[in-house]
Amino acid sequence: MVADIVILGAGQAAVSAIETLRKAGSTAAITLIGDETALPYQRPPLSKAMLKGEVEAATLSLRPQAWYEGVTLRLGVRAERIDRAAACVQLSDGTAVRFDRLLLCTGSQARRLPSGIGGTLAGVLSLRGLGDAVALRGALAGARRLAVIGGGYVGLEVAAVARGLGLEVTLVEAGARILNRVACAETAALLRARHRAEGVRIIEGCGVSRILGETRAQGVELDDGTVVPADLVLVGIGAVAGDALAAAAGLATRNGILVDGFCATEDPRIFAAGDCATFPLGGVPGRLESVQNAIDQAACAAQNMLGASVAYAPVPWFWSDQYDLKLQIAGIGTGADRIVTCAGKRAGAVSHWYYAGDRLCAVDAVSDPAMHMLARRFLAAGSAPAPDAVAEGWQAVMAFSKAPA
Amino acid sequence: MPRITWICASGREVEAEVAVGRTLMEAARGLGIEGIHSECGGNLACATCHVVVDPARAAALGSPDAMEDDMLDMVDAGREPTSRLSCQLTVTPAFDGLRLTVPGV
Repeated sequence: MVADIVILGAGQAAVSAIETLRKAGSTAAITLIGDETALPYQRPPLSKAMLKGEVEAATLSLRPQAWYEGVTLRLGVRAERIDRAAACVQLSDGTAVRFDRLLLCTGSQARRLPSGIGGTLAGVLSLRGLGDAVALRGALAGARRLAVIGGGYVGLEVAAVARGLGLEVTLVEAGARILNRVACAETAALLRARHRAEGVRIIEGCGVSRILGETRAQGVELDDGTVVPADLVLVGIGAVAGDALAAAAGLATRNGILVDGFCATEDPRIFAAGDCATFPLGGVPGRLESVQNAIDQAACAAQNMLGASVAYAPVPWFWSDQYDLKLQIAGIGTGADRIVTCAGKRAGAVSHWYYAGDRLCAVDAVSDPAMHMLARRFLAAGSAPAPDAVAEGWQAVMAFSKAPA
Repeated sequence: MPRITWICASGREVEAEVAVGRTLMEAARGLGIEGIHSECGGNLACATCHVVVDPARAAALGSPDAMEDDMLDMVDAGREPTSRLSCQLTVTPAFDGLRLTVPGV
């Protein structure tokens, strides 16, 4: 009998787990522990609407306070240690919470630049949580020149917002190109062109040697000696899995808390889901940082905590909004050997389809939500139009979706 | 405040007052309406907040924009003539008495 369930980490995954436990009719007592004081909130708007000032912090809550009735909320306290022998989590306020099942959804933290190269100077910010977004919004209001380090989603989204606010923006990517890990070259080219048209200076294939300034950032020096003047620096160089507590408790970690295909760690009482979990993804251990993964993996873990054996087999998807471009990605492009471009129905709509041989792996849709939705359906069903059909354009893809199987 | 009714696929009806300025998706999420998942949080990225609006009232709510229109063509439950994504419906006083059907999948 599972009497006490503890959820460590109060984000999107936690909400999904609670919802699933309730739906399953669980009568277990649920305790939710989080180190931030806010109720679980949406993160995607932090780099978009929240920065623009279109929404306020209070509206980001995933659920209102009343929704948590029956759940013991321990917010604003840090978990210090997982004591597996005593089956409890020790908290920063000196108390301990006992568990029969423990779900770790401790998320991820922004990777920072070392202080030796200026990573901790004033005016050097990163963006992960609500506090970061509030700080960045304030800093953007008083800044003239922004240097963005890192050409991933966060960096590009912030660059877009900052341009909209009238700042001079330079984005530096150490890898060969922007969106190197997360989108194909064709998609990256489209976004690069748009950012440049909006006035963002993009420098690719060049690392940062240090951030200049005595106490406050004044610029960024690149590996080739170039100096990018800036009074604000946003570091968006990826995230590190929140796996320290698990590791300290003796659980296996590998760039994240290692779980099996059922979201369980090697300790059958302890599960992990969301950004912090490394799980079998297409045959290799992988980690996903996305809303989809937080929701679906936590739902799967919650069922399995109650004794079910549901395998986690996601169709990953992501999205990013930059200017009026909507980028939606379905699947995982790793292993693809060619990209097929598919013209969309509306002006500006295009999608890039990744194939390994004839197998569809992923689709990047730019301002083409219809193709994105279809791609997710194809990937879930394991049946997709042939590359030649996709190359003909959206009508052919639509026709495939409507053809009897 | 305008009163809104959701009719869930299970037959359960939920009636609630919703503040002007909130979206129907946000309201549904707070009420725990079955079938409204709102995975993307109102960013028009997921189409999991699909509702079918009472046909008599649909015209008064305006028409979906191009992006919403494309998403609606792809909703899992199939599109109805008055299908909408409820994250795109911001409540005004004119919404009072509105009834929404939440399709089951």
